[in-house]
Amino acid sequence: MRIQDTHSYLYYRHTLPVRVMHWINVVALTALLMSGLQIFNAHPALYWGKSSYSGKPPLLQIGARDDQAGPMGVTRVFGHEFNTTGVLGLSESDGRLQALAFPRWITIPGYYSLAAARSWHFFFAWVFVLNGIAYLSYSIYSRHLTRDLLPARPELMGIGASIKDHLLLRHPTGDASKRYNVLQKFAYVAVIFILLPLVILMGWAMSPWLDSVVPGWVDFFGGRQAARTLHFMVAWLLVAFVLIHVFEVIVSGFWNHIRSMITGQYRVKEPVR
Amino acid sequence: MKRFDRRRALQALGGAGALLLAGCDRLTDTSWFPKVLQLGERTNRAVQRLVTSRRSMAQEFTEADLSPEFRSNGTSLPDNPEYKALARAGFVDWRLTVDGLVHDPQAFSLDRLRAMKSRTQITRHDCVEGWSAIGKWTGVPLSEVLAIVQPRESARFAVFHCADPMSDDGKDLYYESIDMEDAYHPQTILAYGLNGQALPIRNGAPLRLRVERQLGYKHAKYLLRIELVESFAHIAGGRGGYWEDNGYQWYAGI
Repeated sequence: MRIQDTHSYLYYRHTLPVRVMHWINVVALTALLMSGLQIFNAHPALYWGKSSYSGKPPLLQIGARDDQAGPMGVTRVFGHEFNTTGVLGLSESDGRLQALAFPRWITIPGYYSLAAARSWHFFFAWVFVLNGIAYLSYSIYSRHLTRDLLPARPELMGIGASIKDHLLLRHPTGDASKRYNVLQKFAYVAVIFILLPLVILMGWAMSPWLDSVVPGWVDFFGGRQAARTLHFMVAWLLVAFVLIHVFEVIVSGFWNHIRSMITGQYRVKEPVR
Repeated sequence: MKRFDRRRALQALGGAGALLLAGCDRLTDTSWFPKVLQLGERTNRAVQRLVTSRRSMAQEFTEADLSPEFRSNGTSLPDNPEYKALARAGFVDWRLTVDGLVHDPQAFSLDRLRAMKSRTQITRHDCVEGWSAIGKWTGVPLSEVLAIVQPRESARFAVFHCADPMSDDGKDLYYESIDMEDAYHPQTILAYGLNGQALPIRNGAPLRLRVERQLGYKHAKYLLRIELVESFAHIAGGRGGYWEDNGYQWYAGI
């Protein structure tokens, strides 16, 4: 029998503003993703360049067609065709097959409505942007950014060890568990300063009105259709980030993390000596 | 036991997701929630107006950027007997009526419009659905037409009445509207040519509006009449356009 002699105590890990803004982000990004997929369904193809019709085929196209065996969902990526019946192109809901690029269980609204999806998307885009501005201002003012998020030079030496720890699902204990680890810091900084600004900028790039602020600025990113493609790709990179984020939360103490993001209190376990 | 719990948890998660989705759809169908959501587009419009001059120019492209074929969307042949008769005769009897709040209402033939000062522009057409196509448009600037009919002081919007019915019974003719600042914008033209040819029927022959910097549905096709008004509240659904009456934005800037 092993004696449970681990000493532990509660530590105030996340401040109230960070907790509130975190959950606002959860709601806003979920609504943005799901309404965005509904908007994509209005024209389920992606291109590179200034226009959709340039003589070149789309990079990605999702559709449905009749096959010998019956209707099938087809996803074409860089000229390669995949049968995605059931999920992409053709999916079942309410007991019947529907020709939709993304299935209705992942879109807002759950029925086809471009107008309603755009309303959702732009409302939550502003929730997200204002929340982001508040977060950045708070992080700079409270030094959350410099103290907790930016990796310090000595930490960079520990990247190799941190990668190994992550792969072996070994998690920091004691004082080290009060801070973000170096990979976590890199992930957060990349999301906050690269992916999120890029997804917002590529959203603006799709606006014909904003394109006229400095005519031609959109071509810097490859053109309006390239911007639409980047907007879509960055959205999925953000989904990938969230999946990894949630995975790490689950494997490193689910309820402890959930509590610390609600009440701020995180249980620190002293390393067993 | 643990596996059972996990399955229960997954089922609960799936159930919660379905409830959430159903909840979103019910919110969308209430009378009040869409109004809250509209705050997003209202903010878009205010910010777009704030950061952009009303005279800002849409990007113009080169011949190399032209789409091989300009996509036709929405109506490609108006199901309207009068329109079809005009088309069969090569639009010789077609007239563009410009009236409403003007000092000198007139009817313009296609030949007369073609004889007026023209502008050719290669621009990108951005559909609300997400696709873009680049075309070379030739037409008469709307400002030239307005100079002839002389709008009254009270005119605030130009309403474009079209020949294409949007319902199967031949009713609900397509219409659109823009304000006077857009009407006088140098890139706002009444186009009769596409890619060096006469405007094809599927792209809006004989005359369509080009109002660059705005989404595709603003570019009304199959024009019959331009009416200058103080308010469009009394026309059709009252929101200034066919798609606006169906939940889309009048300013159409994103």
